[in-house]
Amino acid sequence: MTEQTQDSTQKMNQDVKAVADKTVKHSPLANEKIAIEVEKLNLFYGDKQALYDIDLHIPEKKVTAFIGPSGCGKSTLLRCFNRMNDLVDIARTEGQIRLDNQNVYGPGVDVAELRRKVGMVFQKPNPFPKSIYENVAYGLRLQGINKRRVLDEVVEWALKGAALWDEVKDRLQENALGMSGGQQQRLCIARAIAVQPEVLLLDEPASALDPISTLKIEELIAELKNDYTIVIVTHNMQQAARVSDYTAFMYMGDMVEFDNTDKIFTNPSQKKTEDYITGRYG
Amino acid sequence: MMDTEQLGTHISKQFNTDLENLREEVLAMGGIVEEQITLALDAFTNNDSDIADKVIANEKMVNAKEMKIDEACTKVLAKRQPAAGDLRLIVTILKTITDLERMGDEAEKVARMAKALANKELATAHVKLHYGALLHLGNHVKKMLHDSLDAFARMDVESAINVAKLDNQADEEYNAISRQLITYMMEEPRRISEVLDFMWSARALERIGDHANNICEYVVYLVQGEDVRHKSWDEMQRLAKDE
Repeated sequence: MTEQTQDSTQKMNQDVKAVADKTVKHSPLANEKIAIEVEKLNLFYGDKQALYDIDLHIPEKKVTAFIGPSGCGKSTLLRCFNRMNDLVDIARTEGQIRLDNQNVYGPGVDVAELRRKVGMVFQKPNPFPKSIYENVAYGLRLQGINKRRVLDEVVEWALKGAALWDEVKDRLQENALGMSGGQQQRLCIARAIAVQPEVLLLDEPASALDPISTLKIEELIAELKNDYTIVIVTHNMQQAARVSDYTAFMYMGDMVEFDNTDKIFTNPSQKKTEDYITGRYG
Repeated sequence: MMDTEQLGTHISKQFNTDLENLREEVLAMGGIVEEQITLALDAFTNNDSDIADKVIANEKMVNAKEMKIDEACTKVLAKRQPAAGDLRLIVTILKTITDLERMGDEAEKVARMAKALANKELATAHVKLHYGALLHLGNHVKKMLHDSLDAFARMDVESAINVAKLDNQADEEYNAISRQLITYMMEEPRRISEVLDFMWSARALERIGDHANNICEYVVYLVQGEDVRHKSWDEMQRLAKDE
């Protein structure tokens, strides 16, 4: 290579790198499709404001984790995505959350349909006191689907999707409450995916589980992200670091930092984030 | 950004203590290595094989320190799962002590050469003409080590970059010494064996400079999270200032 071409190649590489650096610095989501767009979201519980001007994009078919100290608003924000906060009488929201180009808080939104598209799994496994089979089939029956053949198929598919099928295929008619906590939680995930949602919201899905069940749930999350957009709230920072692609750190109702999970856990740009993830907050 | 003030601010006081102890251990290990280099140079300039023996014996202390710090880091990783600046500190320490241990090895090499040359007094008369240059290089890299440890202790990117710049000078001094020695070997082929010993010592000192340079690169990573290894000095400076 002549010196000149070497120089120009080097310069080109530098330019490409500079551009790449910039893109990464300014928008961690440059190469992602966006599933949910949150714009200027404010939420009040009565007089008390719980979320302040949240702007956030949730990437499609990735895992996004919300971390932050208790009361920072991460669960509140999660619950906005399928309007679970509607169940709180004094809650009032301003701003927009767009899913499929539609504001979920817009007029005429069918909340039941929204909750089918945006499934949710809670901290404590909450299966219905029914058979394993009926737990998974419940959402479909609500939609008026009662054909045995269809239900059988979906139940098997959802249980397989939740990595539970092999453990329960011979006892589908047994009561779900007889399962272990970890199995119950995977059943809740099966129940959520049975209605083929686009988004899965997981609110501390493993905090009530033992370490082995926790790892199974984490493993499951890694598989589910091939098909679903996942948003997870967790107090376990190592869990956020392990399972998520992107992490949002919230503090007192503010979105302090959103970035690649790797970046957040090795070199966050905000001091508040660093203090929190290194155990300096308090 | 990581700074020294942040170190002791964990909710867990034990974690503060663990990290502080680790840092002190690294600096203590660095101190021993510095002393080793000083002694090795002494052995060289004074033809003193007793001092050389001392350096060779002390090398075990350096190795023991490395293993002790390694173990302490492993414990912190297992128990605390450090993140962000704390994680970078542990990674920096693990890498730094590897370089310190290698520097210890290089100092030992110099001591061994000094011992070999001390026993060949007549033969070395000519070689001694070059002692000044070797000593100069030795003191130069010793200062690099000292300043790199200082940059580590104060988590000071600016001084780390300044030390890194000194490595070029170490390389130049080494090249000058080796050019002179090659000329000398061509003139006095009978002396090649001694001259090679001498040359290896210069090489060992030059390597110490490289290791000090590495430590400076780790300091930039520790403080800013920017990996500046395998970069030119100019680029290193640019990246460090970018942050």
